[in-house]
Amino acid sequence: MFISSGKKGVMGLRIALAVTLLSLATVAWAAEPVRAVASFSILGDLVCEVGGERVTLSTLVGPDGDAHVYQPTPADARSVAQADIMFINGLGFEGWIERLVQAADFKGTLVTASEGVKPLELAEEADNHDDDHNDHGEIDPHAWQDPTNVKRYVANIVAGLSAVDPAGSAIYQANADRYGAQLDALDTEARAAFAAVPEAQRKVITSHDAFGYFASAYGVKFLAPVGFSTEAEASAADVAALIREIRANDIGAVFVENISDPRLLEQISRETQAVVGGTLYSDALSGSDGPAATYLDLFSHNLRLLTGALAP
Amino acid sequence: MFEHLIGPFVEFSFMRRAFVGCLALSLSAAPVGVFLMLRRMSLTGDAMAHAILPGAAVGYLIAGLSLFAMTLGGIVAGLTVALLSGLVTRATVLREDASLAAFYLLSLAAGVLIVSLRGSNVDLLHVLFGTVLALDDPALFLLSGIASVTLLTLAVVYRALVLECFDPGFLRTVSRISPFVHFIFLTLVVLNLVAGFHALGTLLAVGMMILPAVTARFWASGIAGLMAIAVLVAVSASLLGLLLSYHAGLPSGPAIILTAGGFYLLSLSIGPVGSFAAQRRPTRHLEA
Repeated sequence: MFISSGKKGVMGLRIALAVTLLSLATVAWAAEPVRAVASFSILGDLVCEVGGERVTLSTLVGPDGDAHVYQPTPADARSVAQADIMFINGLGFEGWIERLVQAADFKGTLVTASEGVKPLELAEEADNHDDDHNDHGEIDPHAWQDPTNVKRYVANIVAGLSAVDPAGSAIYQANADRYGAQLDALDTEARAAFAAVPEAQRKVITSHDAFGYFASAYGVKFLAPVGFSTEAEASAADVAALIREIRANDIGAVFVENISDPRLLEQISRETQAVVGGTLYSDALSGSDGPAATYLDLFSHNLRLLTGALAP
Repeated sequence: MFEHLIGPFVEFSFMRRAFVGCLALSLSAAPVGVFLMLRRMSLTGDAMAHAILPGAAVGYLIAGLSLFAMTLGGIVAGLTVALLSGLVTRATVLREDASLAAFYLLSLAAGVLIVSLRGSNVDLLHVLFGTVLALDDPALFLLSGIASVTLLTLAVVYRALVLECFDPGFLRTVSRISPFVHFIFLTLVVLNLVAGFHALGTLLAVGMMILPAVTARFWASGIAGLMAIAVLVAVSASLLGLLLSYHAGLPSGPAIILTAGGFYLLSLSIGPVGSFAAQRRPTRHLEA
């Protein structure tokens, strides 16, 4: 796509040469940082935590971007082509990744961070009876919303980086252990916070149905006005059904997510007198000055908003 | 039956708001569309709709989903394109359609560029497609404000505008207001497109302008009749489209425009003035 077929062979040769050099001269290369690419901002943050200074990272879908509808640019293809290792979420989250890998003629190690995570099916009630052709299939890809899964992500990242850079293996493991302890603390905090809210009150509306793993981890019920993908446009029937549902279930909080139309949610909130609780971050980090600049910030931000709005 | 037609509007305020917004839009965009059609500028509406995109995008990037910033940006961008293409037409050999096409393409490309430079493009997609179900109070005030301004302005320049439609040469010889009338009219087009894009998005806003006008063409021949029928068609399409969206679960914007499109196709075949059916009907010859 980005490289004409004539150049492809030369490029392949060049990368093969680079790989050979890499394996021959590991000692000399140890000083060089590992060139890594992460598909989206949250994964990028995790790779940074594990890799530290041994890794130079470029992230394809940056903060506040939407990986569902992302279009790779030639610059992305170049950073992929030059990378030693690439991290993706998997579970069908990055529908565009296969084309990008082929177009960029990527010959490094491809690590699927979600490998080993127990995948969840999409919730039935999220189905808004449209024939939305997204790339997800029936699996919910947003596995990082459960910190327990993120520990699995981190383990996969450690394995991937250690394979490319065996010399740094101990450092990666140490970083991962330190980060894992923080994830555990976050998980404990979340469990304690939700235990204080009666189960019948743990019902929340968000604009993007990305919290399936969070829901199953902490027993919170998430309802969405538009179905699963951010591409679907709501019909009057969807909105009416949701308003009836809020009224019937007596739901107190509506959350506006960082990547969907906030005006629609404000309208629903006006109609039902439910509180608009702020912005939950799901698929992307915020900018570095935002409330969710790292995964840990993102999770505690969401946790604070949710428990704050649901507390009796 | 009554329950199905009135029930949704009684139960939900978002349906009432959507209808009020569409009503305001119908009252002003449809008459403007009639003049666009009569002046053979139907496609100009489409070009202008694309031209307001970069203004709305810049407004959005500066101030977020701010009604004021996006409205202002859209109006500025639309008027700039209208003015520039008018200037080029008067000062060079290029005709108006060609210079308008050139400027709207530049404007559209700038809009796409601005959208892409910012990593997050999904919000803006929502903006471009609008959402009639999410009209809040300021948006409704804006829509009805623009409708009032449009109707008052049309009343003031009505005679000149009609002349400009049917005999522009005559207007130019008897008066020097022709260029001003033309520009005031383009301003109305831009205003209504900006109003329409809050409800239906930039791309579908033109539909509310052109489809009722071309539908009316098959039912009336006088300008007053054309405007009355165009407004009627626009209002009915809004009402039916919203009900369709409610009962059949369809996205509201496309449902409204497709309903208007349905009226057009129907009128095209059976309308009493100049339709397929009317053309085939044997006309009485003058008898000596």
